[in-house]
Amino acid sequence: MTKYIDQGKQDTRSGYGAGMTELGRTNPNVVALCADLVGSLKIQTFIDENPERFFQVGIAEANMMGIAAGLTIGGKIPFTGTFANFSTGRVYDQIRQSIAYSDKNVKICASHAGITLGEDGATHQILEDIGLMKMLPGMTVINPCDFNQTKAATLAIAEHHGPVYLRFGRPKVANFTPVDQKFEIGKALLLNEGSDVTIIATGHLVWQSLLAAETLENQGISCEVVNIHTIKPLDEKAILDSVKKTGCVVTAEEHNFLGGLGESVARTLAMHHPAPQEFVATQDTFGESGTPDQLMDKYGLNNKAIEAAVLKVMKRK
Amino acid sequence: MADIKALNEQVVQVRRDILRMVHKVNSGHPGGSLGCTEFFVALYNEIMDLKEGFDMDGIGEDLFFLSNGHISPVFYSVLARRGYFPVEELSTFRLIDSRLQGHPTTHEGLPGVRIASGSLGQGMSVAIGAALAKKLNDDRHLVYSLHGDGELQEGQNWEAIMYAAGNKVDNLIATIDRNGQQIDGGTEDVLPLGDVAEKFKVFGWDVLEIENGNDLQQVIDGLKEAKKRTGHGKPVCVVMTTEMGNGVDFMMHTHAWHGKAPSDEQLEVALSQNPETLGDY
Repeated sequence: MTKYIDQGKQDTRSGYGAGMTELGRTNPNVVALCADLVGSLKIQTFIDENPERFFQVGIAEANMMGIAAGLTIGGKIPFTGTFANFSTGRVYDQIRQSIAYSDKNVKICASHAGITLGEDGATHQILEDIGLMKMLPGMTVINPCDFNQTKAATLAIAEHHGPVYLRFGRPKVANFTPVDQKFEIGKALLLNEGSDVTIIATGHLVWQSLLAAETLENQGISCEVVNIHTIKPLDEKAILDSVKKTGCVVTAEEHNFLGGLGESVARTLAMHHPAPQEFVATQDTFGESGTPDQLMDKYGLNNKAIEAAVLKVMKRK
Repeated sequence: MADIKALNEQVVQVRRDILRMVHKVNSGHPGGSLGCTEFFVALYNEIMDLKEGFDMDGIGEDLFFLSNGHISPVFYSVLARRGYFPVEELSTFRLIDSRLQGHPTTHEGLPGVRIASGSLGQGMSVAIGAALAKKLNDDRHLVYSLHGDGELQEGQNWEAIMYAAGNKVDNLIATIDRNGQQIDGGTEDVLPLGDVAEKFKVFGWDVLEIENGNDLQQVIDGLKEAKKRTGHGKPVCVVMTTEMGNGVDFMMHTHAWHGKAPSDEQLEVALSQNPETLGDY
């Protein structure tokens, strides 16, 4: 099995902050907006270096989305920043009309996505945001897996014309992707070749999938691991190539099984190559307070849940 | 000096366009459109500094955003008569495969439109964003926006109103169409707005009022005064009192024509009150 080394735990939101710092130095059209969560979004360096290109909008997310849409008129590339819950559900109609339908080049950058937000509890732990965003025509949806990939994704979306939803998280997690890996929107990454089962994961669940694959390999089960950082547009070819080889799939995501990556994969398989699939995801439920590790364990979102899902799906082949 | 006679002729023609557009498809919003006809004719012919042609970024020219997108008929008519697209295209309003959607959109590539609107309360935020982009680009042109008074019931407006004053967005002129009507009745019956001008003032805007927004000269003078007040550290609000359905006697003094098209007979009466001036499409 391909070895991945954790270069030291870091939060993906800091990857966003690092990406913004670099964009501030390299792309004069990039502007940042924030709804009273500068510290959480890790963009202080961008602000310090480019005060004229930063807009503090206060606790007013709807206004932030509209201002971002307006800033594109005149060639700016706005990056909005707040928690995932307030980046999506709270402002869905603003995004729908003023950004997506209006085809505005806004980058909606969302921290604290999913259940690993932790102790704040369900009011802040959105598990529906991927579904909300992927349903919008023309919206690109990206959920990178670690610090390095989040930084690379932040740089990549500045070069892409059109609305993007970039989702990342709060806790420090393994940072294992190569520091110089180019981020190609819509291109899946094959992390490990295998023959018995395909594990397709996004976000924090990618590292958990690698842990699971290692354990399973020791039990004689060969796992192919695919990192889908771009949920829309989906790399259908990579998915089909792999599942045609292995014959079954486990999808893994920190999101409701309704509306997430798993459903996008299921649709692809149903259309082109039906195969057994198990969903590692939350089961149509809200979260609760707890530490990220406790929550990932309780809601079945870690390597152990993936291992169980693999054993289950292989019996269905 | 503005040629008021010629502009008034355009006002009458635009009214005819509005009435014929909504009549043909038996849908659309004539009342608010008719109430704002003088405003649009003044804005696009006397007030805004516009380039030839259309590009989305609009650098080096004034911009306009329509927040209350349901008055698309007046917007489309004035855009067409200003030359953004052929006047004949007004006949496609709300039809399948048309660029003239029920509510304005950028999605079909209609020149002159820079944002989709219709879901209310979003336009002021967008106008602020465009005004901030102008400042970043060192483009000393202005951003204009129009909002229905009923639309101010949407909370996003107050986020935007607070932001614009707090951040000295002084290259923005937001006009409120104070016609006092909304779909379900008078604004003060549905959800009282109270003193709109005073509300903007206490939020930190420079506010001026146009007492009769259906008097072309008053509209021109008011908007010229608004222009003078830009660049002084405050966003500018124009509270413009209008009569919904203005120019068609039976559509005035009621909210009934907010979103209703005239019948064949009603159209005939309405058009007879507004004889053709510049030629029907």
